[in-house]
Amino acid sequence: MDILLNIIYLIATVTFVVGLKNLGHPETAKKGNAIAAFGMGLAIVGAIFLSKGEVSLLIYGLIGLALLVGGVIGWLIAIKVEMTKMPELVSLFNGFGGASAALIALVEFGNITSATEATVFATIISGVVIGAITFSGSLIAWGKLNGSVKSVVKIPQYNLVNNLFFVAIIAAAVYMVAMGIDGQLFAYALLAAGLVYGILFVLPIGGADMPVVISLLNSLTGIAAAITGILYDNMVMLVGGILVGSAGIILTVAMCKAMNRTLGSVIFGSFGDAPAVAGANKTLGTIKNTNPSDSAILMNYASNVIIVPGYGLAVAQAQHVIHELEELLTAKGVNVKYAIHPVAGRMPGHMNVLLAESNVDYSLLAEMDDINPQFNNADVVLVVGANDVVNPAAHNDPASPIYGMPILDVENAKHIIVNKRSMNAGYAGIENELFYNSKTSMLFGDAKSALTDLVGELKNM
Amino acid sequence: MNELIEFISNNLQITYILILATFVGIEVIKSIPAVLHTPLMSGANALSGVVIVGAILVMLNADPKDYISLGLGFVAVVLGVVNVVGGFAVTDRMLQMFKKKK
Repeated sequence: MDILLNIIYLIATVTFVVGLKNLGHPETAKKGNAIAAFGMGLAIVGAIFLSKGEVSLLIYGLIGLALLVGGVIGWLIAIKVEMTKMPELVSLFNGFGGASAALIALVEFGNITSATEATVFATIISGVVIGAITFSGSLIAWGKLNGSVKSVVKIPQYNLVNNLFFVAIIAAAVYMVAMGIDGQLFAYALLAAGLVYGILFVLPIGGADMPVVISLLNSLTGIAAAITGILYDNMVMLVGGILVGSAGIILTVAMCKAMNRTLGSVIFGSFGDAPAVAGANKTLGTIKNTNPSDSAILMNYASNVIIVPGYGLAVAQAQHVIHELEELLTAKGVNVKYAIHPVAGRMPGHMNVLLAESNVDYSLLAEMDDINPQFNNADVVLVVGANDVVNPAAHNDPASPIYGMPILDVENAKHIIVNKRSMNAGYAGIENELFYNSKTSMLFGDAKSALTDLVGELKNM
Repeated sequence: MNELIEFISNNLQITYILILATFVGIEVIKSIPAVLHTPLMSGANALSGVVIVGAILVMLNADPKDYISLGLGFVAVVLGVVNVVGGFAVTDRMLQMFKKKK
């Protein structure tokens, strides 16, 4: 029986690696996900029926009930959620994983005796702390992304306080291990401290950096799972957790690169603090308004149009209208392309998912490095709900917080139409001089209604 | 420090696995197109739900009269399975969209 279980775990572990590998290529990604899911199912079934001989029916019943309840909840959320809400969802699910790890460690803490090895003790305690941090951190990230958590706390020396608190947690944990303090109350105190730190850790981080944080927290959940794996000497958890942990770090770094941020500056420097002051006093000139009919005329007689979709498009659920616009223009002989910034939307690749949802032909989506030289030849660039990723300050204002971030060079085009709901600043909280450019005209309004009007005008031409 | 050395020598296998798995994770993810970052993150997130195996073990090992352990284990299983099922299902939904393009 033991051998069978080990073989099952081995197979599951291999499916994780193969699945992850396949997830990295567009053609095989779906298969990869299925392979990994199959392995996970196998591991779960194996764990239930093969890891212990005699277990009361009551416990089997409870496990079955828990699986049913959780499975239904997870499934319902997954099929109901709007694709625009994807980053929040990943964060929420991730928080659940972290909470699960923390609870497991908490139960195991209760089983600690004076005979328990210090290393096991340390493993359990780190499980409690990391699980708790991931849980509360993910929930805050979730809240920040869906807008329910807004407050940007500004305490002087925030980072110092934060880091000292973290050091204090570690010190307390080390002390507990060294002294063999196993009172359940201490475990709860540590759990509470971890929860508080998770909140403090994510709260000051700016919204634009949130995907990086989610990716980092995702990686932490993997580490928590691996720690639990060490605890139970369970290879599938150990390897699965480490895979997620290291892959998560790589993904986090890749995202940071796309945004020209270092991991350190994301964690320790809150975005958008100083910049508001730096750019505020500058006179930026005046903006020029336009309307759907003028925009339609401009685009109708263009030969090259590039669409720059941003999160505003996603929020307004305008991904279907934009596809209609693109088809209409193509039918009129206009050459249309989409320029996708690596962090367009709220996560790298998020915009590709959204546009794929509305059936946009994959070959029309151009990545930043390929499309940037083409802006020179573009007659019209239509920016829909994007802001920071087209802000020229990234090129020419060393004082700007986004200075050095790779952007789409839309200012090289002949005409720029920017659709935005208002003149409010983007996620980075800074002004965008592109809007004051003499080539730019602003098409104010909700992306969906503005684009619908635009499509209507085009149809009449 | 002695504890650490003792741990490593007692758990040599685990230490090897730990280090090698880290490299596998890095290599497998390396040079992935930005297009796939979101599905990948979501898929990896589902994988981290493997912690559910631990939650199941907690319940199996619990004394049927130990309500606290059973209760905590129950919640841990529910949360873990939400992460697993939801994570894989949503990743599949995302990838489905990439597929129907042609």
